[in-house]
Amino acid sequence: MTPPTVMLVDDEAPFVETMTKRLGKRDLNVISAFSGQEALETLDKHHNVDVVILDVKMPGMDGIETLKKLKTAYPLTEVVMLTAHATVESAIEGMRFGAFDYLMKPCDMEQLMGKVNEATRKKRDHEEKIREAHVKEILAKRGF
Amino acid sequence: MAKNNQLTDHYFRSLNRNIILIIIIVSVIPLVLVSSTIYYQFRVAYHEKVYDHLRELVNSHAQNIDHFLQEKLSDIRFLSDSCGLNKLEDEPFLQERLAALQKDFGRDFVDLGVVNDDGVQIAYAGPFKLAKADYSDAEWFRKAIQSEYFISDVFLGLRGLPHFIIAVRNSRENGHWNLRATIDFVRFTTLVENIRLGQTGFAFILNNKGELQTTPITRPSIDIIAGKTIYTEFLAKPSVSPSEVRIAVKSDSSQQENIYAAAFLKNGDWLLVYQQRTADAFADLGKTFIITTVLMFAGLLGIIMMAFTLSRQIVQRVAKTDEEKQLMSKKVVETGKLASVGELAAGIAHEINNPVAIMVEEAGWMGDLMEEITFDESENRVEFERAIKQIQTQGKRCKEITHKLLSFARKTDATIHDVNIKELLEELVALSSQRAKYSMVEIRTDFQENLPFLRVSTSELQQVFFNLINNAIDAMDQDGGTLTISSYQKENYLVFAVSDTGTGIPEANLDRIFDPFFTTKPVGKGTGLGLSICYGVIEKMGGKLEVESTAGTGTTFLISIPLQTDANGQH
Repeated sequence: MTPPTVMLVDDEAPFVETMTKRLGKRDLNVISAFSGQEALETLDKHHNVDVVILDVKMPGMDGIETLKKLKTAYPLTEVVMLTAHATVESAIEGMRFGAFDYLMKPCDMEQLMGKVNEATRKKRDHEEKIREAHVKEILAKRGF
Repeated sequence: MAKNNQLTDHYFRSLNRNIILIIIIVSVIPLVLVSSTIYYQFRVAYHEKVYDHLRELVNSHAQNIDHFLQEKLSDIRFLSDSCGLNKLEDEPFLQERLAALQKDFGRDFVDLGVVNDDGVQIAYAGPFKLAKADYSDAEWFRKAIQSEYFISDVFLGLRGLPHFIIAVRNSRENGHWNLRATIDFVRFTTLVENIRLGQTGFAFILNNKGELQTTPITRPSIDIIAGKTIYTEFLAKPSVSPSEVRIAVKSDSSQQENIYAAAFLKNGDWLLVYQQRTADAFADLGKTFIITTVLMFAGLLGIIMMAFTLSRQIVQRVAKTDEEKQLMSKKVVETGKLASVGELAAGIAHEINNPVAIMVEEAGWMGDLMEEITFDESENRVEFERAIKQIQTQGKRCKEITHKLLSFARKTDATIHDVNIKELLEELVALSSQRAKYSMVEIRTDFQENLPFLRVSTSELQQVFFNLINNAIDAMDQDGGTLTISSYQKENYLVFAVSDTGTGIPEANLDRIFDPFFTTKPVGKGTGLGLSICYGVIEKMGGKLEVESTAGTGTTFLISIPLQTDANGQH
């Protein structure tokens, strides 16, 4: 399995930088963005992002808003919400709009890795199924 | 506090006094004004009435007496005109006429006499021996010969008894002759006396010299003489019309006030006087005054009593309201304190959380890097690893604190469900049993049969019970004990009692345990927010959270939750 490609979205630059280094050290491809808007723009360039780690509380476009737009454009990309809020509401709301799971800040690295891997697996399973469906369709068309 | 109480006492005392004064002033002034006005009007009207009555009485009486005199005069005149001197000179005939008159008019006429121009009585009929009596020097005779008829004043005369005379003058060929009759004085006096009213009223007649013409039988004459000036005043001003009655009020020698009513008789020759004590004449008014005064004082007494009672009741009510208000404002302060602390906590938590997250991540990154350094096995490496680990541990502790702070202020799942309270509590007890076992605490439950469903937020209620159970276990951490959760219904509330057999809460702390950040746990073990969160949650449900504690015996938290919350409840 190719290492998962993750995008880290948070307005706190030092956090993003350190996280990028730590995740990179764990063999992940890490792309970073510092706002919701930037994240959406970056996604347009990198189609192979598996998991987006998205902070809920950001200036400008907040996490939930970004999540909604992201899921509309890239339904297969999984999102793990990262929240400083202890609010069950925002987490539930995130899940309702299609987030894979949520974690509380500051988070445990092992926990985060676990979630990222699960999400990647889920996404790739999804992609696999779609591919199989396509193959079946082509085979059916060709008359095999 | 004592000073405050003193101030409050002073305030209520002056309030009490003011209310009493206002009630008394507002009630008494109208009462006195109305009573005195009515009494004054009544008095004036009554005086008018009494005077009018007297005027009427004296007037009619005067007319009566005048009429009596006129009648007697007419009789004599008729007798003298119809019979003539020749017949009347005959004494037996005169006797017969007197008898006839006495038969017709009772004993009004005492005697009859015929007197010639020289004043010699030429014929006489009557009980006295007055035949041939010489009246030429008598005053009445001198006056009688000057006019056609004459009614004399009262005098003693030849017979030595008070009497008065009616005389009629007739002409004959060579001069005049007079027919005179004596009127029965006792009968006349009785006629005058007839006017008696009340206890002290009596009447008498004065001539125009102020001499008594009748002596009132019931009164000593001294009274009349004492009031003499008033009669001279009456006599000094001759009456304009015969029917005019004059009224005066004056004190007599014994300093007692009398009412005098006077009318002229006999064409102004005589004055009929009616005299009565003022107190007697206005006896009814006096009675009315006494009744009015008694009623007024009864009213005043009633008002004063009512003022005292009412003001005491009002002050008591105000005091009660005041107390309630103070309690209420204390509660408001408490709630406000909770709310502001909540906001503050949320703000701090948000701001601190991000830097803490970065710190933890940086420490993690250092940890990651340390793993790569394999060549250095010095003691320093161990210390570095320990330090990094410590940073992460403390970072996590910060996280826990900020999350607790946030949950204090957060909007939890406030959706209201029908909560199966029994299930919820059993679940919580199961969750806590492991912890309880380590602290040697036995958890007992004693729920009433058929615990009702409550319409509350599950997560909030869970939080409350979880906090209380944890606190109870903490309280018995040293020596173990028993934690009892029981329930009972009280009025419209379902009450849960969470009791422990721990050390209890010192009385000094009891007031403060619901305050945010108040904790007695060692540093790092408690945030001091648990109970204030519980307090806020239960208050929000419309319930009550109370504590009872005895040092050394244990603590009981009482949670009262209303059984029915209306659809638009406070949630």
